[in-house]
Formats: sequence, C-alpha cells, structure tokens
Amino acid sequence: MNATRTVIATTELTKTYGMGDASVVALDHVSLEVKSGELVAIMGPSGSGKSTLMNILGCLSTPTSGEYCLDGQDVSNLDKVQLAAIRNTKIGYIFQSYNLLARTTALRNVILPLVYDRSHKHPREEWEQLAKDMLEQVGLGDRMDHQPQELSGGQQQRVAIARALITDPVMIIADEPTGNLDSHSGEEIMKLLLKLHEQGATIVIVTHDPVVAQYTERVIHLKDGHIDNVVHNGKNHHQESVAV
Amino acid sequence: MNIGEILRISWEAIGKNKVRSLLTMLGIIIGVAAVIMAIAVSNGTAATIRDQITSLGSNLIFISPSFTRNGPQGGPDTGGLVFTDAAAIQQSVPNVAGVSVEQGASETVKAGAVSLSSIAILGSLPDFPTVRSMKVASGNYFTQADQDHKTKVAVLGSGLAQQLFGTADPIGQTVQVGNFYLDVIGVMAPKGMVGDVDYDARLYLPLSTVLQYYTPSQFARFLGQRVRTIYVTVTDPKKMNDTINQITLLLEQRHKVAATAPDFTITTQQNIISTQESTTAAFRNLLAWVAGISLIVGGIGIMNIMLVSVTERTREIGLRQSVGATPNDIRLQFLSEALLLSIFGGIIGILVGVGGSVFFGAVGSMRTVIASNSILLAFFSAAAVGAFFGFYPANQAAKLDPIDALRHE
Repeated sequence: MNATRTVIATTELTKTYGMGDASVVALDHVSLEVKSGELVAIMGPSGSGKSTLMNILGCLSTPTSGEYCLDGQDVSNLDKVQLAAIRNTKIGYIFQSYNLLARTTALRNVILPLVYDRSHKHPREEWEQLAKDMLEQVGLGDRMDHQPQELSGGQQQRVAIARALITDPVMIIADEPTGNLDSHSGEEIMKLLLKLHEQGATIVIVTHDPVVAQYTERVIHLKDGHIDNVVHNGKNHHQESVAV
Repeated sequence: MNIGEILRISWEAIGKNKVRSLLTMLGIIIGVAAVIMAIAVSNGTAATIRDQITSLGSNLIFISPSFTRNGPQGGPDTGGLVFTDAAAIQQSVPNVAGVSVEQGASETVKAGAVSLSSIAILGSLPDFPTVRSMKVASGNYFTQADQDHKTKVAVLGSGLAQQLFGTADPIGQTVQVGNFYLDVIGVMAPKGMVGDVDYDARLYLPLSTVLQYYTPSQFARFLGQRVRTIYVTVTDPKKMNDTINQITLLLEQRHKVAATAPDFTITTQQNIISTQESTTAAFRNLLAWVAGISLIVGGIGIMNIMLVSVTERTREIGLRQSVGATPNDIRLQFLSEALLLSIFGGIIGILVGVGGSVFFGAVGSMRTVIASNSILLAFFSAAAVGAFFGFYPANQAAKLDPIDALRHE
C-alpha cells in the first residue's frame, strides 16, 4: 500500500439541518486529511458534530457545502446509488451495536457486502472461501457456522470487523467499536484494530472514550461543529500527517 | 445483486419466521383454494345439467301451450295445443323426423298385493323412445295400432317394475291403473333422474289411452284432445331455425292467433342448455367474486405483515444500505419476499383446492370438474396480489434513509 496516498481530504465541509432561522449548523467548514495507513480518532462531546462528520466520511450522507475527496474521487455530490457503490467498495463499517443479521451464520454475515458488489470483483464461488479467510484473520475460524446469538459481544464485533474487511476497503470507519463491550473484550477489539493498522489498514475511529483514543496516532477533537484541536500521540508508524 | 441472491435472502427471511409466514399465506391459500373449488363445483353442476338435458335426445324442439291468453290454455276454440296439431306438424313441415306428444296423469297403480298411489303416467306416441333417446329393456313399446285403438296396455319404468313385481317378469301380467286393468307389454331400461323427474318411476301408456281414460276431468275431456307438450325431432339440426319458423306459422294459422300474441311457446334443447348455462355462469361468477375478494383480503394481509416486517427490520435495512445496498436492492428484496409468500400461498392453495375438489367429488353428492385454466387464473391472481400489495411496503423500505435506519431502535 502506498503510504503517501491521501484517503480522506475534506475542504470546508459544512452540513446544516433545517431551513432559514430554524437551521442548525452541525458541521462548520471542516477541513481534514487522512493518509493511507493512518489510525485516527475523532472525539468530541455529543452535539459536537462527530456523528455528522462520520456519516459524511462514511458516504451515508452528503455535505451541504464543501468538498470531500475519498481515495482521490470527489464524492460530495453523488446520488444515492453512486454512494451505495462507494460504501460497498471503499468503506468498511464497524458499529457500536455490531449490526449483524440475526439468525444468520457468521459466514453469511461476512459475505453480505459481496452480495451488493456490482463490480463482481470476486466470483460467487469464491465468496465462502474469502469469508472464511476473513473470519480466520479475526480469530473466529472455529465459529463460522455460529449465529450471532451464540456468540459473545467481542466475538460478534470481530465478525463485524471481518465483514468490514471482506471488500478490501480503502478505509475502515469504526463508530464506538468498544462501546457495548466490557473492558477486556474492548481491549481485544482495539488490539485487533491495531494489528490491522500495522498491516496497513486506514482506520478512523469515532469515540468519546479517551482510552480508545489513546490507541490512535492522532486525535481530532471536534467542538460545536468545527475542529477544536488535534493531538498527536507520537505513535505514527508512517510519515507525520498534516491536519487542518 | 442477482436474482438468485435476492431470492435466497427472501427465502431466508421467510424461513426465519415460519409461523408468521404461514399465517400471512393463509389468506392467499384460502382465496386460491376457494377460486378453484368454486369453479370446480359450478363446472360440475353445469356438466351434470348438460348431460341430463342431452340425454333426453338432441335436436329436439318442445312446443308447449302458453298461459298468457284467456287464462290457462286459452278458450275452447282457439287456445292451447291439441292432438291434431301434432299430426299437422308431422304432415306439412319438412325436416321433421318425428313428432311425439305427451300427456301426463297421475293414478294409483295396483299389482297383486302391491298398491302405489300417485304414480306418474306418461301418455305418448309410439316413437317416444326414439325421440327421447330411451330404450326398452324387455318386451316392446306399444305400437301405432295400440294408439289407434286406445288399447289398454302399459310399459313400466324399471323402478316401478321392481316395486310392483320384484324379481318376477312383469310382461304378460296385469296392473290395475285407476279403475281400469292394463296389460304389461314392456319394461324400460333404467334412465335415472333428469332434473326433478324420475324416469324410472313412471308408467308409459299410449297417448290415446291416457286421453280416453285418465284425463283429469270430464270438463277437460270436453275441451278436446288437449295435450301438454308436443316434441318434434328434426332431421337436419342446421335447419332447426327454419323448422321452428314453419311450425310457428302453421300453429298460428291453425289457432288463428297473431304472431304478436301466440298461445304456444317453442323452445329447443339448445335454449334450455343455454338458459341453464347462464344460470350456472351467474352462480360461478358470484363464487368467483367471493373468492376474488378473499384473495384481496389475503393481499392486504401480506401488505400488513410486510409493513410490520419493514419496521421491525429497519436496522437490517440500514445495515444493508451501509454495506452497499441501493434503494432498488432493498425494494427488490421486500417485493420478492411478498411475491414468494403469495406464490407459495398460491401453490399450497392450488393443492388444497384441487385436493378439496377431488375429495368433495368423491365423497359428497356434488360433481366437481377441475378446470386447468382456473388453476392458472388463481395462481397468477395470487402472484399479482403479492406484487400489488408488496409494492407499497417495499417502496417504504427503499425510501428509508440509511442513517435514520441504522439509528432505529
């Protein structure tokens, strides 16, 4: 993976909700950059705009104004169908509540993104093997045929990570990945994310937990819709990145 | 996303909620089974009626007195049908193969110790068996000589022969009919019930004998040789209408009535069949409407469950969107789920409907004829109902915003 490639580049990203006097500015001219292979945390109190920023970075919504380049492609003005394709091929999601399909095996859960892959990067007969590889990578090689209700929280989150990895995305967005876990399981999940980071994955973690943020190289603090400050943890495995 | 994958997802979703899926399908199952059984029963009824009517003989014209003029059967000089009308038709109308006249009566019949009251008597002409497609099982039908001489002879219906004489041979025996003794010369082959009339429980006599000894009253006898019905068979069924017109003209002249106010009515076998068929068609249409309404109710059931399902699975929809499902993918998923439910319901309904029709046909007194186009109709209506009522919930699912859907509790 090219270490100097820019994965996220936003300029003056702004998101307002509502119209006229009742409008609320959730995101106020945010510019930031994330290089390939970085492990970044976005922190901030509730109402700081971190969820809005995460949704735009994750291509679940589009900015009101400003520009967002993901992996060199301007995605600020794409329609629903194009955004769905970007989410499918370029982004891997990890949610606080795992969001696995109930009564569906770990293997089928991991395969899910491939079902919606229009580029047909992997032929159907390879799906199962690919999903097995992913589950082995997250240490669940022996739990493939288990359904979510038969797995612990930490194991469910690892299935979710395997699902995020299967399309080989350019970045992983984790929204409070340890929020529903006890400290021990949370630590295991963070170690797994660190391992993936060391293998070159680009990871953005949205959290309010300082313990989680400590694992990252750079913490972007949001306040009232703009970037308050950026803390470098001195753990950069790659070149020093420039933010703001 | 290919069709196979969509179907797989829908199939899994249905399989995860087996009881609910079955309950959802129930409306469709009942609707489809009702359509098939309703049509099978009404087809069976129609076929039975058609068989009965054609078993009376085809190419048949019925002439009966009309009751609209001067009270029942008109006045003594002009109204009603008389025996000589039949002879006139036989002589002067072309394309007539046979004319049969019938006059009914009812008397007590005795043979030895057996006495049966209110036995139907049918007075007819010698060619009655030919005209009405009936066969004589043993002995003979009476002849023209019997008719000419008002001979006291009788032919028994098979059931009546059984009742009067048991296993003994009735031919050559004597029966007492009313106040007169008649010689039994023949027994008819079994015919069964046609409509309300039991052809096997009747007594067949020469028309002249009936007119002489068994007409209801002296007054009626005084009115002349009045008959209830004249039956005419035609040689060439294609010229049926011409024949009817000629008979009409002849009878109008003989009765001295205007074409606008005839004192007789002419019907054909075909008229009766089509009247019966339009009756059963109305019956069938009614049943089909009822069945169709239950299909629609079933469809509303599917829509209801699909809407619940969309709400219940909002987070799943959000997740699918976040990993790359487009609105169309989501729409197709829910639409195919509704379609699968209704198609499975349709298939089960067909099995139930066909099974039920066969069962009732075998067990009950009803005759059922399963129409293959009713199966197709029911199946495609079920699929159409699924598509129609599945569309709205599927569209609701497709319209969901991924962020809201993921946040949904």
